[in-house]
Amino acid sequence: MTVYVKGVVFGDVDFDNPDCWRLEEYVKRGGYAALKKIINEKISQDDIIAEMKTSSLRGRGGAGFPTGLKWSFMPRSFPGQKYLVCNTDEGEPGTFKDLDIIVYNPHALIEGMIIGGYAMGITVGYNYIHGEVFEAYQRFEEALEEARAAGFLGDNILGSDFSFQLHAHHGYGAYICGEETALLESLEGKKGQPRFKPPFPASFGLYGKPTTINNTETFASVPYIVREGGQKFLELGKPNNGGTKLFSVSGHVNRPGNYEIPLGTPFADLLEMCGGMRDGKKLKAVIPGGSSAPVLPADIMMQCTMDYDSIAKAGSMLGSGAVIVMDETVSMVSALERLSYFYHEESCGQCTPCREGTGWLYRVVHRIAKGEGRPEDLDLLSRVGDNIAGRTICALGDAAVFPVRGMLKHFRHEFEDLIKDAQTAKPL
Amino acid sequence: MLEIEIDGKKLTVPGGSTVMDAANSIGVHIPHFCYHKKLSIAANCRMCLVQVEKAPKPLPACATPVTDGMKVFTHSDQAVTAQKGVMEFLLINHPLDCPICDQGGECQLQDLAVGYGQSSSDYAEEKRVVANKDLGPLISTDMTRCIHCSRCVRFTEEIAGFQELGMANRGEFTEVMPFIGKTVNSEISGNVIDLCPVGALTSKPFRYSARTWELSRRKSVGAHDGLGSNLIVQVKNHKVMRVLPLENEAINECWLSDRDRFSYEALNSAERLTAPMLKQGGVWQQADWQTALEYVANGLKQIVAEHGKDSVAVVASPNSTVEELFALRKLMAGLGVEQVQAFARQADFAARTQGAKWLGQSIEELAQNEAILLVGSTLRKEQPLLAQRLRQSVKKGLLLSAVNPHRDDLLTKVAAELLVRPDQLVEGLLQVVKAVAEQQNATVPSHIDLSGVVVSAEAAAIAQTLIGKTKATVLLGNLAQNSARFAEVYAAAEVLATLTGAKLAVPAIAANSVGAELIGADVGGNVFAMPKKAYVFLGVEPEFDAHNGAQALAAAQQAEMVVVLSPFQSCALEYADVMLPVSPFTETSGTFVNMEGKAQSFNGVVRPLGETRPAWKVFRVLGNVLGFSGFDYNSSEEIRDEALAGDIASRLSNTLVTPVAVKAQAATGLVRLGEVPVYGTDSIVRRAPSLQASADASLAQTLRVNAATASKLGLVAGGMAKVNQAAGEAELSVAIDDGLLDDVVRVAAATPLTRNLGDLVGAISVAKA
Amino acid sequence: MSLTNLLSAESIQQIDREVAKYPAEQSRSAVMGALRIAQTEKRFLTNELIEAVALYLNIAPMAAYEVATFYNMYDMKPVGKYKLTVCTNLPCALSGGYTTADYLKQKLGIGFNETTADGKFTLKEGECMGACGYAPVMLVNNHSMCNHMTPEAIDKKLAELE
Ligand SMILES: Cc1cc2nc3c(=O)[nH]c(=O)nc-3n(C[C@H](O)[C@H](O)[C@H](O)COP(=O)(O)O)c2cc1C
Ligand code: SF4
Ligand code: FES
Repeated sequence: MTVYVKGVVFGDVDFDNPDCWRLEEYVKRGGYAALKKIINEKISQDDIIAEMKTSSLRGRGGAGFPTGLKWSFMPRSFPGQKYLVCNTDEGEPGTFKDLDIIVYNPHALIEGMIIGGYAMGITVGYNYIHGEVFEAYQRFEEALEEARAAGFLGDNILGSDFSFQLHAHHGYGAYICGEETALLESLEGKKGQPRFKPPFPASFGLYGKPTTINNTETFASVPYIVREGGQKFLELGKPNNGGTKLFSVSGHVNRPGNYEIPLGTPFADLLEMCGGMRDGKKLKAVIPGGSSAPVLPADIMMQCTMDYDSIAKAGSMLGSGAVIVMDETVSMVSALERLSYFYHEESCGQCTPCREGTGWLYRVVHRIAKGEGRPEDLDLLSRVGDNIAGRTICALGDAAVFPVRGMLKHFRHEFEDLIKDAQTAKPL
Repeated sequence: MLEIEIDGKKLTVPGGSTVMDAANSIGVHIPHFCYHKKLSIAANCRMCLVQVEKAPKPLPACATPVTDGMKVFTHSDQAVTAQKGVMEFLLINHPLDCPICDQGGECQLQDLAVGYGQSSSDYAEEKRVVANKDLGPLISTDMTRCIHCSRCVRFTEEIAGFQELGMANRGEFTEVMPFIGKTVNSEISGNVIDLCPVGALTSKPFRYSARTWELSRRKSVGAHDGLGSNLIVQVKNHKVMRVLPLENEAINECWLSDRDRFSYEALNSAERLTAPMLKQGGVWQQADWQTALEYVANGLKQIVAEHGKDSVAVVASPNSTVEELFALRKLMAGLGVEQVQAFARQADFAARTQGAKWLGQSIEELAQNEAILLVGSTLRKEQPLLAQRLRQSVKKGLLLSAVNPHRDDLLTKVAAELLVRPDQLVEGLLQVVKAVAEQQNATVPSHIDLSGVVVSAEAAAIAQTLIGKTKATVLLGNLAQNSARFAEVYAAAEVLATLTGAKLAVPAIAANSVGAELIGADVGGNVFAMPKKAYVFLGVEPEFDAHNGAQALAAAQQAEMVVVLSPFQSCALEYADVMLPVSPFTETSGTFVNMEGKAQSFNGVVRPLGETRPAWKVFRVLGNVLGFSGFDYNSSEEIRDEALAGDIASRLSNTLVTPVAVKAQAATGLVRLGEVPVYGTDSIVRRAPSLQASADASLAQTLRVNAATASKLGLVAGGMAKVNQAAGEAELSVAIDDGLLDDVVRVAAATPLTRNLGDLVGAISVAKA
Repeated sequence: MSLTNLLSAESIQQIDREVAKYPAEQSRSAVMGALRIAQTEKRFLTNELIEAVALYLNIAPMAAYEVATFYNMYDMKPVGKYKLTVCTNLPCALSGGYTTADYLKQKLGIGFNETTADGKFTLKEGECMGACGYAPVMLVNNHSMCNHMTPEAIDKKLAELE
């Protein structure tokens, strides 16, 4: 059973009620009030975007880009079709928050997208949903039907002259489609291969039209901000790190799950909410922001607060908010081997450094884990990594290198020991 | 305009340029693989990474837009480190099999590896091996060498118009391949060989036959369609080994059709005629040139003397050079012979124009039209590169429409299409004329009779695309030009062009169609209709190159004397008296005038094979043997200057001399749609084995009808059908083509299977075989 | 063969619903959904099926093939009646992903990418399914997620799968 501390996104969802995701329940919780408010009070697009800026909401997809600013990039007077896209392709190992949003509170996302469409003058939206969660996709489709039937979605919403169509698109197993331009390609029915930027989606997005893309959690935070005001949201967190945020905690804790807590909460507190370390083992290391974030050793981690700035200062990143907790028994070589395999497996294959380099990284780490490492391998890993990072179209190249750098920085001795003793690493 | 600096050099470039464009404009070379100026930007190889001031990381020059004040460093430490890093990645899984690779010596990877590669690799893991693919008879694969630049894939999708190649799988396992079980069948497929920067895609016919450094490169001009593609012919030991495009933006850009690229195989064919041959007492014997030419001179002189000047006709290939046709015509004039015909595929000669028919504009101008109506054309197969060019224009807004007897996919968006019987092109056009007249409230000249013409929705839609455009063109394709009612088609098209302010375009079918008409090698109409006492054939095979092959062959067979000048032996063995080996275009200097009226001269690239002589020299000697004056040419240039004296442009015109009456007629019954297939155009192409192994060549061996007609005739796809036309008969396998109207029977001409059949378009009977 | 002959009317209807989600000229967008629906009915994608989907959506067969081979969840080879995909990515591994996989291997007597002799089960190794909180997770036939797959839970699940 997943344990929650509830904030903006989940409000007072009753997880024990199997119907908690339904429109009726959502409306009971104050859902769609924000939408009604902007429609009835004819709130201007500028006002909504200003409110978003005040909230200092930062994108929850990983990059942490300020959402209000992103929305202001959309050319509002553009004459042709524009698109709004939600990124529910949650595939970053360790992240499972967006899944719970569409399973337990899909209407928050739907309402957030409708408001986004209103604010940016967009009439068509798509939600791209991760392949492996088909049942969640089906539920989301059902939620869309409910919203359409209730007049919140479709033509002339709530009797106004604002119309917004929203559809779900189901992915089919490619991590890279979480990258926003790969997602757009995939939505166009192609392989999910990221596009070079510029041009950015705001000018050349889906079908070549201006497009705004946000993460599920980002959209699901919008109704609260519109309803309660950006200032209130900001104050939930800390400056430049407004609001509460969902943290997906996995690994060696007693209660893995999603925790919606104010940004700036100390990591130690979060660990406690999770019931502490499983089997009373000692904390060894934490990957604080999804598998792409460099690992941090226990002592550094215990000093951090859970927000963008604190984690960045410690040399890692908050990313998607996936917190992977590892105890003293974990071989960092085996952990890196598994992650490197992942990036090798998921590289879309278009950029030379990523296509060729991710496999190289994995094979070298794999050799080390098998006890076949060579003394020069660690320098080789750094050198190959340096030739990938910053040289590719999308950030997967960087994402593949950051774990290597983090491990070599903080746990180099584990690698050296294995090489020296020609020992195999303890498997996961 | 933006001001920037590259490697310390200041320059200004237009907004929207990339760093690569800017560097190219000042001759700074940035290493690259995936970038190609004619393809979309992929930015995937990462070889072109350069340093840009204030950018935190190196940026790909091919994709990075220039901004004002930008400072670019292409050789700084950061740039070179990045480039070397990419090179290292490209090489780790590359087989490094340069010594056995056909690309050796012209490999971009090899060239750049010298500059950016390391002498040894730190890669200690196993290398990737990728299975080869069967792409058909023209392209050979060594897929392990592929560096995933995606140029070939982008080419098929963007330039050739249909994604025949793709990149399957992902990551390190990405593989370039066609759809399982399919080959690459585009008529311009060979360009992927040029595009491939490594040795993954190479020429199958050329494979392992030479190393590039052994080859000398000579310029020439394409000899199989009217475009006049510029060629690089690569030669070793006086043999043509390979043909590549020579870039000419105004004509072929950087592309080449497969026909122009691979037909060279025939030049080395065993069927080459290598010495003059005389048939004496029914037996063929080798002869020396002197004997042979005296025989020809005396024979022709005698026949003219006995039977009059009209008893002799000359049929020349429209792929003959200006010099050949001019000297031939002059020679014949000396004998009094007037009938010199380079348009034997044509059936109707009544459309006389004020000058030589041509495209009516330059090739580049054609591509800038806002609307083009194709009339009777299988454009992709007739003029592959013109089709390619128009495909790009459609992306920029060109409205392409067609009145056609088939619905062959142009692999581009077609705005409107009117399907007609092959004998009803006129009626189709009249519908469009009427639609325009009605929509514009214009009167149509009285020689165009529109009574009984009913405007279909398609015709109205076509009219709509043409009306109100400042640049529009009505283009008459090969099917129109070779139709039995060409004059009527022409007159209707001319009126349509006049009404809409469009240009009329007659794209030359052959390499020198325009030149032939300029020279007057279009006299005599159908010279086979009334069989002659004597025929002279220059580069033609009547059974394949005439409108009615059976009729032409019969005429040749009954003649008293037939003189054949050709690079090849053929079934002329049956009917000829003399066979003279003359040079194909690669073995003589000469000139072609292309469809836009541009004269392009070229030199021979290899010396004539055996006893072969350039035809213009043969005519010169014959002139001398016959004692005619004015045959003292020292060079082909002298003939050219005489033939094309003055300004060519002023002698081109698509305006009819006298109006031709046009009237709609009804047509019923089975009708043959006989087109000359893409690899049946001329004696060289027909002898190129790899082209003859292509999918297009197999398609030309079939009989195609729509499903309804098939069932009416009791035919099934894959089964056999027997067709009869005139006195001829053929058995063909059946294929279904639902782009045809009922009762239309598509049977190609110019193939061995169909050589006994009659008119390209005409009544035909079909039965299940 | 045309898609309408290869798939049930219900599948065609579902595909048409996918097509309707996108602008009229963008039916290519429906290729992922169409391939999924075709695979769900036929268990795996044959070249014939892929080509038929392509023709149905008016795209090049190679374009559909690229999609079918790029995304992990499309099966290009025959699979058993039940395809079991176990996530072994790091978060799952920390909570027993490999134990689950090993238990399944031993119980079914097959390794990854193998099918039991009776054709009932195929075992696959999967990447992160976005459900790490419920680790170890297993996916049945691409669409049904099973959480907390301890050996006991596996026994129960396998018993349910007829
Ligand atoms: C390799 C890669 C994977 C990504 N995966 C996801 C993802 O699963 N979900 C997500 O929302 N964003 C993901 N992103 C980030 C998106 O590109 C994009 O920044 C985000 O969806 C924007 O939404 P936001 O501004 O609301 O965060 C990924 C980025 C990269 C480079
Ligand atoms: S970095 Fe990797 S995943 Fe990203 S576009 Fe390049 S090859 Fe694809
Ligand atoms: S040429 Fe620029 S990335 Fe390939």
